[in-house]
Amino acid sequence: MQGGKITVALVGNPNCGKTTLLNRITRSKESVGNYPRVTVALKRKEFTHQGQVIELVDLPGIYALTSQTPEERETRDFIHSGQVDIIINVLDACNLERSLFLTSQLIEMGHPLLFVLNMADEARSKKLQIDTQGLSSMLGGSVFETVGTTGDGLKALLDGVVRLHVQKMRREPIFLTYDNHLEQAVRRVQRLVTELHPRSLDHNQSRWLAIKLLEGDDRILLQEGEHGHLLEMVHRERYDLARSHGEECDLLFAMARYGFTHGVVKEVVQGPSEGEVIRDWTGRLDQVFLHRFFGIPLLLVLLWIMFQSTFSLGQVPMGWIDAGVGWISEWVSGRLPEGMVHDLVVDGIIAGVGGTIVFLPNIVILFFFMAMFSETGYLARAAFLVDRSMHTFGLHGKALIPLVMGFGCNVPAVMATRTIEDYRSRMITILISPFMLCSARLPVFILFAGAFFSEEAGTMVLLMYVLSIVVAMGAAVILNRLFLRSDDDAFVMELPPYRLPTLQAVMIHMGDRVIGFLQKVAGVILVGSIIIWFLQEFPHHHILSQDYDGEISRLESLPQTLQNDEIIAALKVKKAQEVLEQSYLGQIARTVAPVFVPLHFTWKDTVAILTGFVAKEVVVASYAVLYSQGDGARENSESLRKALSHSMTPIVAFTFMLFALLYAPCLGTIATIGKEAGGWVWAGYSVAFSMTLAYGLSFLVVQVGGLFV
Amino acid sequence: MEYSLIDLKPGESGCIKGIDGSSQSKKRLMAMGIIQGKEITVETAAPMGDPRIYTVLGYRLSMRNVEAKNIRIVRN
Repeated sequence: MQGGKITVALVGNPNCGKTTLLNRITRSKESVGNYPRVTVALKRKEFTHQGQVIELVDLPGIYALTSQTPEERETRDFIHSGQVDIIINVLDACNLERSLFLTSQLIEMGHPLLFVLNMADEARSKKLQIDTQGLSSMLGGSVFETVGTTGDGLKALLDGVVRLHVQKMRREPIFLTYDNHLEQAVRRVQRLVTELHPRSLDHNQSRWLAIKLLEGDDRILLQEGEHGHLLEMVHRERYDLARSHGEECDLLFAMARYGFTHGVVKEVVQGPSEGEVIRDWTGRLDQVFLHRFFGIPLLLVLLWIMFQSTFSLGQVPMGWIDAGVGWISEWVSGRLPEGMVHDLVVDGIIAGVGGTIVFLPNIVILFFFMAMFSETGYLARAAFLVDRSMHTFGLHGKALIPLVMGFGCNVPAVMATRTIEDYRSRMITILISPFMLCSARLPVFILFAGAFFSEEAGTMVLLMYVLSIVVAMGAAVILNRLFLRSDDDAFVMELPPYRLPTLQAVMIHMGDRVIGFLQKVAGVILVGSIIIWFLQEFPHHHILSQDYDGEISRLESLPQTLQNDEIIAALKVKKAQEVLEQSYLGQIARTVAPVFVPLHFTWKDTVAILTGFVAKEVVVASYAVLYSQGDGARENSESLRKALSHSMTPIVAFTFMLFALLYAPCLGTIATIGKEAGGWVWAGYSVAFSMTLAYGLSFLVVQVGGLFV
Repeated sequence: MEYSLIDLKPGESGCIKGIDGSSQSKKRLMAMGIIQGKEITVETAAPMGDPRIYTVLGYRLSMRNVEAKNIRIVRN
């Protein structure tokens, strides 16, 4: 309790409506969704109610309080950190028995608790009657009925929070009583725990520790590792209990907990039996969406609509942004005096940031669809439908959406992996999604296919798409086998009932992603653009082979002729090329170039590869400068194709395409991986992994291909 | 007679008798409501028969067949 602020933690199952509740309460702009990262800061929101400052902390949705998943550990650590004054346990009124399993564990932690029966409206429409008074006395804390989507009951809840805080009423500790054998074992262990931690633990804490030890909690066992005889005792008790009950000790506790929840539900809930509750319209919709023959085609159609809308609907606002950036660039250009600051702002910052911000419409539309899929409950169904196929490659069904999205842009693809709860599956998906051929790489392939394989250009581009899928799947298999091996491949997943998404929920979901994207643009992209600009621009004193400027101004002073203009243009381009060659970027490329000699790439190709780190589209722009085409050249430029086609053999060209497809993700993607995976180690790992794969495969192709061609 | 959960066809239901497998997966399944004495019904299967959707404790959950194999049941 710092400065009279009440810190309130929201704890509950996934899909219990916790986030909607939080957003309702704070009318915030922040969405949490399923946000299962260890290192990511918890979502906090501060506001005042009845003159009292309340800080709400949204903890990730969990089913139990063991230390099995990062989310469970995060929740537990946070509750233990001493920052929490009150815990609000959100219960799904339609799913009370399972919700209470978590509650049974929360009670034992001994913090002041309030309970929320959320989705009270849904429960009523299912003719479930819940005796809140009875529930309150059985759980030892006030129970409030709320409807997250409309905000009903929230005021009463907040009043309850303030009341509980002001009264400073320590809850009468309610204990789950276990059966005789378990209870005695708990007491024996608790006694020893109290002896080992004199005066530092209260009754609740020592009991909790004893229970966790007997449940075989890895974290707690490790934490108490120094007390050899305690562990020995726990081990013996666990062994005895398992033998006398014919069941593992962990399960005995879980069963005892369900005994408690079952008792509570039997006491307070009246309504149709479980079997009847489930025959609702969710069942009827599932008959369509999960149909044996039509389920998958329907999914493909929905994905196609999402993909199409993202990249075709996005075109129009992209044009506006592009024009806007151009206008700003011109306006600034006119205001700033010629010189270094001018060049830095116009060619470095505005060009770099503008080039990325142009993808904003794509992000908005894509996340509109993502929000719709996850808010309605369809996302879990999609994962269910494709899980079998994805599982062949060691992936989770939920990896489907990020991978499909990767064809558009790898940045939202990496962000979309958030829906995968399992940490390991998520990391694998993050590492393979950059292999998906994104729209930024397409211009490179259009240029190369046109220049070297004019007859089969279309086929070559298609081949690149096929290769990107093959490599991504192969990489998934490799990562599974070698790096992130785990024997356990669980797919226990809740399929929430279909719900109509509220406009607010969708907007919040989208808003959060857009803000994240803009922050990235303002950060990494800005810095990256400045660095590349610097490397291209410096050093300033070039030793040029001839006096270009003098020659150009001499020609410009002459009467204008078509021939003269052509010579001037050619001179400008030649100058640009020499400048680039002597710039730091050119020097670096020349230094690095020997590495690419086995792949038959020249220093010019190396420049293109290096600039491609920023964004893959830049590869084309770099070739335009390198092969004397001026700034305006695009992937369809005839002269650029011609110039390029003389520079390498088809097999080297193909190798370059392969390399461009696979080598390191662009700067934006690298930044996103660092942020989403929760560490720059992962971003580095991703770069190293893709570089190795790109180099290895390219080497193989160019060497083996060289034998035949 | 005891069966495994994968022996049930869509529409059939049974009563859970126990869970086999690693302690980790047991814990996870129990946290999701797979618990001795509860009734479980097979709702539907994915196009290739794996995974399948079940209802237990009044909600839907999907499991791969490798996981379902570890759940012992008695037919209703």
